[in-house]
Amino acid sequence: MIETILSGDRPRSRVLAGLLLALLAALALAPLVFPGTRPLDVAAKVCVFVLLAASYDLLLGYTGIVSFAHTMFFGIGGYGVAIALSRMEPGWGAIALGTAAAVAVALALSFVIGLFSLRVKAIFFAMITLAVASFFAILASQLSGFTGGEDGLTFKVPEILRARRVAYYFVFSVSLVLFLALLRIVNSPFGRVLLSIRENEFRSEALGYRTVIYRTLANCLGAVVAALAGVLYALWLRYTGPNTTLDFAIMIDILLMVVIGGMGTMYGAAIGAAIFVVAQTYLQEAMQSLSGALKGMPLLPELFHPDRWLLWLGILFVLSVYYFPRGIVGQLRARTP
Amino acid sequence: MSRIDWKPLLLALVVLLGALLLVQNPSTWLTLTIAGLAMGLLIFLMASGLTLVFGLMDVMNFAHGLFITTGAYVAASVMRRLAGPAEAESLLANLGAVVPAVLAAMAVAGLLGFFFERVIVRPVYGQHLKQILITTGGMIVAEQLIVAFWGPEQMALERPRALRGAFIVGEMALEKYRLAAVVVGLAVFAAMLVLLNRTRIGLLIRAGVENREMVEAMGYRIRRLFVAVFVAGSALAGLGGALWGMYERNFTVQVGAHMMVLIFIVIIIGGLGSVGGCFAASLLVGLVANYVGYLSPKIALGSNILLMVLVLLWRPQGLYPVGRQ
Amino acid sequence: MADALLRLEGVHTHIGHYHILQGVDLAVPAGELTMLLGRNGAGKTTTLRTILGLWRASSGSVRFDGRDVARLDTPAIASLGIAYVPEAMGIFAGLTVRENLLLAARNGPLREERLEWIFRFFPPMKKFWELPAGNLSGGQKQMLAISRAVAEPRKLILIDEPTKGLAPAIINNLIEAFAELKKTGTTLLMVEQNFHAARSLGDSVAVMEAGRIVHAGRMADLAADEALQTRLLGLSLEAHQ
Repeated sequence: MIETILSGDRPRSRVLAGLLLALLAALALAPLVFPGTRPLDVAAKVCVFVLLAASYDLLLGYTGIVSFAHTMFFGIGGYGVAIALSRMEPGWGAIALGTAAAVAVALALSFVIGLFSLRVKAIFFAMITLAVASFFAILASQLSGFTGGEDGLTFKVPEILRARRVAYYFVFSVSLVLFLALLRIVNSPFGRVLLSIRENEFRSEALGYRTVIYRTLANCLGAVVAALAGVLYALWLRYTGPNTTLDFAIMIDILLMVVIGGMGTMYGAAIGAAIFVVAQTYLQEAMQSLSGALKGMPLLPELFHPDRWLLWLGILFVLSVYYFPRGIVGQLRARTP
Repeated sequence: MSRIDWKPLLLALVVLLGALLLVQNPSTWLTLTIAGLAMGLLIFLMASGLTLVFGLMDVMNFAHGLFITTGAYVAASVMRRLAGPAEAESLLANLGAVVPAVLAAMAVAGLLGFFFERVIVRPVYGQHLKQILITTGGMIVAEQLIVAFWGPEQMALERPRALRGAFIVGEMALEKYRLAAVVVGLAVFAAMLVLLNRTRIGLLIRAGVENREMVEAMGYRIRRLFVAVFVAGSALAGLGGALWGMYERNFTVQVGAHMMVLIFIVIIIGGLGSVGGCFAASLLVGLVANYVGYLSPKIALGSNILLMVLVLLWRPQGLYPVGRQ
Repeated sequence: MADALLRLEGVHTHIGHYHILQGVDLAVPAGELTMLLGRNGAGKTTTLRTILGLWRASSGSVRFDGRDVARLDTPAIASLGIAYVPEAMGIFAGLTVRENLLLAARNGPLREERLEWIFRFFPPMKKFWELPAGNLSGGQKQMLAISRAVAEPRKLILIDEPTKGLAPAIINNLIEAFAELKKTGTTLLMVEQNFHAARSLGDSVAVMEAGRIVHAGRMADLAADEALQTRLLGLSLEAHQ
């Protein structure tokens, strides 16, 4: 039965299986085990970002597309539900409408972008997505009447979701289901074709697969799941704004998560996201003490200043691309024959 | 450069005249135009290296903004040390501060470029996916290092005394610094044209951008040339960053990253690998940014992206695509 | 028969997963024109590119003038005195005719005699001297490509299908030029599909099929043996003018 749930994509490494189980347990039992609001916040964030990173892995790891517009779809989801809930009665109807609208917009946009990707080289495509994402971010902050501008939108959620635990389990379960759905997709014939396209585009064309169609589909799927992740995050925070969804820093974060975790594995995105979010919250404290201990020395305190945590993750990222192209998951799998 | 394609220049003319119609006031228009040209030329300095590097070796350095940022920071540090000459009355004395600052900016940026090419870029020649990832990662790391070294606050970079303020001609106020930037920008462009069209190295670069393989098949070690072009492009970006810092008078560590979006737009509009195209596109982008910034500030940032879309619909390969076989 | 200036032994070339050259043994005699014939996809272009190092041989040796060059990079191989005229001609469209030739003359300025030779056989070169090479017609571009190959003395010139897609008048022009070129003692290795050109110019001939050389000998012998022609090339040289 586990095979079916995981769609045949076994962890293939004891350590990895252990890590994943631990992660699942931690997330499932978070409200019960960890006291206080902060751990629950972190856990919810992990759920959302695992999903977001996994949707990005679909593009980067499985289809081989580098897009800098992924946070745009994340934002579309968040804003969709935020706008609906601010203007309508804060009920499930509004959520449904907002989500549907967000998914529709995400689908349309990603379709257009996907069509474009066929004509141009990867580098060209990456640059264009960067420009489009910037444009969207500008729109969001300028159309303040609609989107709340720089301050974003705060809104009420339906009664049931106002209890933190209930909201948490909502986010957790939807993220889990969507993650498993992604697993199913990448392990289906569709997913296999994606992998073959990534490996050798010419050959796939020769074998009759219209790579254009597959890449566009992958693009759309990734965008829709990202939008759904955005919906979840907005419902948890009861807020959507440019800094929680559209910031380029978040795009970089997702990129790091997927690459460090392991591209093209899905589990890599999960591990990467978990490590990243936890580190973001708790590592900074560790760095704070380290930085304090190094006081008086030249430069070193600055290098270990908690705000510089991205420096170390960046270095890890660069090293991963060079030496561990398969990321943490790849390394773990390589060790267990 | 025998036969020049006139159509894109007509586009520039349309933009200029269209703006005149919309702005209506000729002196405002002139101020905006000079600002636009100055900004455009500075963008050209920053973008030219990137487009050549891509055209020549098919390498897209997403960390190019780093050289801009470094140039700005180094220039700021040097200018601070040389506050004396910078604040003096005479232009000559000012140059005693500005020239070292700018040269230092170029040197450090160039050095950084050398290091980057060797360590970050060279291992991933030909692998576009890894290039994008690695250069983006390099950018993150370097940005953090800059903040660790210089601090996270905004940096101030004042213009030298003699170049502050403006010439008053009738109704118009023509900012001295902007005029100076235009002069410097044009001078660099002219120098590049001479290099590319009148020297053997320039010949190799132009041929290499068109068909690198054929140049190698003719016996030239074009990889060595590539390093030189990469370093030169980085140095130019550093120069652009230093001058841009003085243009804006203050900046943060994000300055390079912010310019990158505009630079990408410019090199896409201009045609990847084409210096002439980059020049034309930079001017267009600078002008559009300033005109729209005056007419409708809200859509100013987005207007250039729209411009890019429009140009691509007209000429998908850019305004002056490099003739590839 | 003259000594082999270029000798390939057991050369295999892989491109991605494809095994294109499957053990090529080829001897190109010095001072002659060797024709490399064969059907499409036989590996003729790959052979030329492997010689020049544009594609790396996975095994085997490529000896040029006694040296094994299989492990050298392309600029190094070219510097040993090899010129290449690819099927797509490889001219630089944005550069003028003059600049194209300037680039080809690596070791010094363009010599007068060379330029005279070029202008004599390819008058359009003089006419379009200062104009971008992109303005030239197909035949003129081919002339430029060949002019570049002879801008300086070379030991070996590799030419890939020079007459492809050209009008008969221009083809005859090229044949005259090549015939003249042979007299200078340059060694030529030419891939051709036009058998009239092949027969009139070739001294030696090698026929390729499925990545191997299946026949090597004198062109005169092959031209006289219709049965052999049909077997190797699917039709006779006479029929395919």
